[in-house]
Amino acid sequence: MNPMPEWLQLIIALIVFAGALITLIGTIGLVRWASFYQRIHAPTLGSSLGAALILLASSLHSSFGSGRPVLHEVLILVFILVTTPVTLMLLARATLYRDRSEGNPRVPR
Amino acid sequence: MASVIDWIYFGAQFILGLAMLAGCWRVVRGPRAQDRVLALDSVYLSAMLLLVTFGIRSGTVLYFEVALVLGALSFVTTATLAKFLMRGEVIE
Repeated sequence: MNPMPEWLQLIIALIVFAGALITLIGTIGLVRWASFYQRIHAPTLGSSLGAALILLASSLHSSFGSGRPVLHEVLILVFILVTTPVTLMLLARATLYRDRSEGNPRVPR
Repeated sequence: MASVIDWIYFGAQFILGLAMLAGCWRVVRGPRAQDRVLALDSVYLSAMLLLVTFGIRSGTVLYFEVALVLGALSFVTTATLAKFLMRGEVIE
């Protein structure tokens, strides 16, 4: 087990910071945008690129820390990338159904 | 150098906390139920990323397992609530 060089630790920390920042930008979009159909796009920024950056940085950190490839985090990443489109599609269909059955005039066609 | 890296990690955790706070604001404020479900999903995601960041700092595998469980729970919660919003019941 060899200690990581400091520049590598710095790069990994910066990758984590960038992922956190991208997640925050997505959540700000969730707060600021006006209608639900705009808002449903915002958190996907965090669930795709933000999660990818943070989880890959965690994988790199434990790989270089222990001297062997550690791929646990890729499991979470694949799970998130597969399930997020499915759940958001279900939610958008449910919202569309509710709006149409109420006769809401501002529903996208 | 080590203190700079610590501060960067602290900043990332602070930013993820702000993201959770913004999601909670939308959960409380959301005009309709679907907005609340969407915001809850994003709060789950931010909490999961926060736990992964804690795991990087502490160097244990424990946080990874909690994050995996949170990811699975987030999928189940959002899918079930979407079904509930569509039909009014979960199991027909």
